[in-house]
Amino acid sequence: MRETPSAATLVLGVEGWPGHRAGQHMDLRLTAEDGYQAQRSYSISSAPEDGGPAITVERLEDGEVSPYLVDDAQAGDFVEVRGPVGGWFVWDASQGGPLFLVAGGSGLAPLMAMLRHRAHAGSDVETTLLVSARRPEDLLYASELNALDGVRVERTFTRAAPEGWTGYARRVDRDMLAEVAPAPGARVYVCGPTGFVEGVAENLVALGHDPSRIRTERFGATGG
Amino acid sequence: MPISRGFRRRHAEPPAGTALPPGQYLTRDFPVLSAGPTPDVPLDRWQLSLTGAVDPERHWDWEAFRALPSETFTVDIHCVTSWSKLGTTWEGVSVDTLLDGAEPLGGYLVADCYGDYTTNLSLEDVTDGKAWVAFAYDGEPLEPEHGGPARLLVPHLYLWKSAKWLRSIVITEENEPGFWETLGYHDHGDPWLEQRYG
Repeated sequence: MRETPSAATLVLGVEGWPGHRAGQHMDLRLTAEDGYQAQRSYSISSAPEDGGPAITVERLEDGEVSPYLVDDAQAGDFVEVRGPVGGWFVWDASQGGPLFLVAGGSGLAPLMAMLRHRAHAGSDVETTLLVSARRPEDLLYASELNALDGVRVERTFTRAAPEGWTGYARRVDRDMLAEVAPAPGARVYVCGPTGFVEGVAENLVALGHDPSRIRTERFGATGG
Repeated sequence: MPISRGFRRRHAEPPAGTALPPGQYLTRDFPVLSAGPTPDVPLDRWQLSLTGAVDPERHWDWEAFRALPSETFTVDIHCVTSWSKLGTTWEGVSVDTLLDGAEPLGGYLVADCYGDYTTNLSLEDVTDGKAWVAFAYDGEPLEPEHGGPARLLVPHLYLWKSAKWLRSIVITEENEPGFWETLGYHDHGDPWLEQRYG
């Protein structure tokens, strides 16, 4: 399913899927007709309650796997999967909050799994999402974000904002985090490109957040 | 082998003679993976320790550490998230040098880091020229996001074993699984055996 001009969500039918926790990722391995193989990790964007896993993939222009998954793969095509993987960048409603989620670009995917899980679980944990996108058309799950119940959603657009936009229109910086972030003590999850995550985490620590409460997941420039 | 219809190689083939561990692909960038914020460790507060089941324990401040004999070495590195980077050049102090003159009383170690990351290794995996405490990459001081001031480098294992922001090498009698090792990753992490997950 197309999410934005450069990203798509793929729902994977996995026989015997053991279930996952919100925030985990999985490995995909693709095999070409000539036997060439490539393997990549992708965050799961669906909630555990949704059943089988879905991943949201952003096309990297010089990538090898992501252009295939975003543009070429069709329903019924085959990929090998392994997972779920990762036991750190996860949130379960029973862990409570307050919850502060900070997403850069397609780093929203694993955080969306947490938000979807929160809704399924009927959790009323105080939750704030700060999401940075280049342009309005690049914002993942835009309509679903509008409909989230009991979640404060703050958006910032770094290249082009919607017409008449009065919200944030710059990269996430310390002033923005000071305005948006809950008080220190909140559980913080930050996901996005390396530079984004480095900046957000460093600024949150400077604002008094305990480094041990900040969990990060970084997408390298070469996710492929 | 099941085929993914329409999938094909898009990247150039690795140069002839290049061997990559199974499931790995080449990158020319240097991706960053860490579980939390990058710790801020000023050099005047930095200390490296050799502690635990070892006689005697040792501590180096930055000046003492940098006064130890160091080596420049070029190695391939492999991350469990599937990227490999070939021919990376580092400068560091061999773990053999740190252990020279001290007697380990156990066969394992926990690399304990600023920011509280840990990873476990056997002594065998870090001795005889197999591991370093690196402080420079490509001729420059190691960037904080890549583990500076100094990180462990154990290139023959997946990179999560090469603990960033190293604070102490704690020798242990028993094998004590570290951060990722208790969160589903393999205890040993040999990329050639594809020991990704436990």
